[in-house]
Amino acid sequence: MKLILAFEEIRDNDRGLVGGKAFALSRMARTGMNVPPGLCVTTEAYNDFVSSTGLQGRICMKWGRKRFEDMRWEEMWDLSLRIRNIFLNTPMSAQLANALSGPIASTLTGKRVVVRSSAPHEDSARASFAGLHESYVNIEGMDAIIERIKLVWASLWSDRAMLYRQELGLDVEKSAMAVVIQEIVVGERSGVIFGRNPNDASQAVIEAVYGLNQGLVDGTVEPDKWILDRKTGRIISHFTAQREKAMATSHDGVSLQPLLPEASERPPLSPEETGKVYGLAKTAETLFGAPQDMEWTLRQNTLYVLQSRPITTGPVDQKDDQRPWYLSLHRSFENLKTLRRKIEDELLPQMKDEALRLANQELAKLSDAELAEEIERRTRIYDQWSGIYREHFIPMAHGMRLFGEFYNSAMHPSDPYEFMSLLGASEMVSIKRNRMLEGMASMIRQDEKLAAQLTSGESGRLPEAFDTALEAFIDQFGDLSCGAEQCTQGRDSMINLLLEMATYRPPTERFQRQDFEALKQEFLTQFSGGKKDYATELLDLGQASYRLRDDDNIYIGRIKGQVSRAADEGRGRIEQRGGIHTKDLEAAEIIRALEDPNFVPERPVRPDKDNAKANFKARQLVGQPACPGIARGRAKVILAPSDLMSFEAGEVFVCDALDPTMTFVVPLAAGIVERRGGMLIHGAIIAREYGLPCVTGVPEVTSFVQTGDQITVDGYLGIVIVSSVS
Amino acid sequence: MKNADGLESLLRDLFRSQGLSVLATQREGQPFTNLVAFAATDDLKHLAFATTRATRKYANLAADSQVAMLVDNRRNQISDFENAAAVTAIGKAEEARGEHRDRLLEIYLSKHPHLKGFATSPNCALMKVTVEKYDIVRRFQHVVELRMKP
Repeated sequence: MKLILAFEEIRDNDRGLVGGKAFALSRMARTGMNVPPGLCVTTEAYNDFVSSTGLQGRICMKWGRKRFEDMRWEEMWDLSLRIRNIFLNTPMSAQLANALSGPIASTLTGKRVVVRSSAPHEDSARASFAGLHESYVNIEGMDAIIERIKLVWASLWSDRAMLYRQELGLDVEKSAMAVVIQEIVVGERSGVIFGRNPNDASQAVIEAVYGLNQGLVDGTVEPDKWILDRKTGRIISHFTAQREKAMATSHDGVSLQPLLPEASERPPLSPEETGKVYGLAKTAETLFGAPQDMEWTLRQNTLYVLQSRPITTGPVDQKDDQRPWYLSLHRSFENLKTLRRKIEDELLPQMKDEALRLANQELAKLSDAELAEEIERRTRIYDQWSGIYREHFIPMAHGMRLFGEFYNSAMHPSDPYEFMSLLGASEMVSIKRNRMLEGMASMIRQDEKLAAQLTSGESGRLPEAFDTALEAFIDQFGDLSCGAEQCTQGRDSMINLLLEMATYRPPTERFQRQDFEALKQEFLTQFSGGKKDYATELLDLGQASYRLRDDDNIYIGRIKGQVSRAADEGRGRIEQRGGIHTKDLEAAEIIRALEDPNFVPERPVRPDKDNAKANFKARQLVGQPACPGIARGRAKVILAPSDLMSFEAGEVFVCDALDPTMTFVVPLAAGIVERRGGMLIHGAIIAREYGLPCVTGVPEVTSFVQTGDQITVDGYLGIVIVSSVS
Repeated sequence: MKNADGLESLLRDLFRSQGLSVLATQREGQPFTNLVAFAATDDLKHLAFATTRATRKYANLAADSQVAMLVDNRRNQISDFENAAAVTAIGKAEEARGEHRDRLLEIYLSKHPHLKGFATSPNCALMKVTVEKYDIVRRFQHVVELRMKP
């Protein structure tokens, strides 16, 4: 078996064994181009690892759990994290490790290295799928190298690769990954060259930055850019970047460093040097017979080629193709730090103010025409915030993912979501809200007279402490019965909820999050020096990301609630005309009816549920295990916010997508089941916070399960068993 | 799968592609299984298989007509956990007679023409299973039940 080959040993028929990247590097090395020395761990090594450890079967079990068509991108990320954790926790056999470490040591003794993916399906002439797999820069020591080899293998199953699984032909039994291990050349200046400008075939393009080119490739460092005549190499134009930072090696990775003032004033390449880089592209083009897209670096005026691949158009973006957007959600640490500041300092305060302004407006004083205008205005405001939510808040969630991957690499936990215990849900607004509710429920529990008064619905003065707490709650969180769509019965329904909470005794045996402080200490003691600072900062970023992702939902929920408040005011006025059912009216019809007193909207017909009368039923549904534990109980399917107010203690919360505005009943629930999948969604977070068995990502669960069905939530295996139907 | 039609076409495809089924019978508490060549009617209400009247399964069925039949498309590979479907039919078996037998025999032999000699021999009974429900398992743990209207 050829498990590992030095670049010089790779032959023309080895492409399938070494992948595109290694194959191109070896060809350039063999023809005397200046390639840093290195080797390739072949696909045979990958196959040996996954078959001898039984990993292939385990990947297959995860891979086949759910149809990709039914998966959200977050679920793909979740799946890839679970597979990654299996690779991390599966030791390499001594035999394989020795077979790899011998040649690595003899070629690269004492050298720091880069460990990069070289998948047989990427960089082919037909299509380029750069950036779908992992690369690690500045790695030292054999153990660390072996670990990174496993992580590059795992990235064959990255969420990004899953998005392009069809184009890549990903198949658990057939796909394999080769890995390049190469001496790192820490250049002072680096960049890329396109031997032919994808936008103009008569030109070539060079982009260059100070430091390593990781900053350029991931978009955190803006490059200088030269457009050259493709035939002669003559400079046609030069775009100057704002040169402020450079990517440099640090501990066992890279980090962004400020640029010295003298460097920031000078372009990273002189005109002569652009000529040298252009020459490199010409040589490679002659060798490969086609224009190349290359990465290079300059160290002490010596030019090294780091990578070469044919120029392709890349995957063609279809108009409705959401995949590039998902790829863009992979943000770097630096990018997320900037984003966090914008969200915390600007966007969230603005959002809160917006909701407050809308709440303070007296709608009753508006004329019908003014109210119609106001509903329209509020809808616009909401749409605008939805756009901001997508552009800024959703990407911020990547902070949790970035931390999770880092945590798992450092700690090798058996539970790939152990890191969530460190993110601290307790500070989330929705949890604070639930704590206030629990406080009021506790007052009822301890005061029989109050409980009797509330149960009988007698009017009269409530005890001052309770009344104050209730008012403070409504003041801070609004009326709970005002869901995202419309308000229901108001304060009374909230009191019913509190009465239910007061009588409920949740089971004592529940999943317990790990002790925060102990886990944090255990995590941080893994590191020292600069690496420890980075780990601390990344934890802080992960915590902020976790908190913000929840809080933003609460705040945008408030704005949506204010759209509902105006729409409800409109509904009330239209109802008064008599004979018009307004419950299911859309905003547009409310507006029209307000503007035109003669307009009578048709009563909307709600379509029957697909299987309402069908002769089939679910017995066991598969999702993802989101919080361990077993819960049995009556299903309560939440289809509209009004369903929440009749939630009874001990029921299982079944819904399409649980958002923070809905979770005030969660302390009453025995378990949670959600159609939307992912581990970092609100349902999963809140379930772990309360230790409730939870399964997420169950397709069509709200049509398969009806309120009243007896169901079992298996939060260990991620399945829901329907034992008897209502 | 949004409706029963999708499930039914899955069953039809499976029954077309698979020639053999595992038949489970029982007698006095002792379960017994056989591989049998089977066929299904297009409305999925009936399954048919042939057996000589001297077999243990025939004796079992004479004592207790309740049966379960398993049809699956596993390939005996790891990917079965991802791709294979397994269907258990629950119902009652009886020997087909008269017109029923003629119709079922035609369906049976159009699927298994090589069994003509066996199925039409004097001591061979064509058994008709009236299906009450199907349990359909996909992706290892996803289980749906389809009830057949009588």
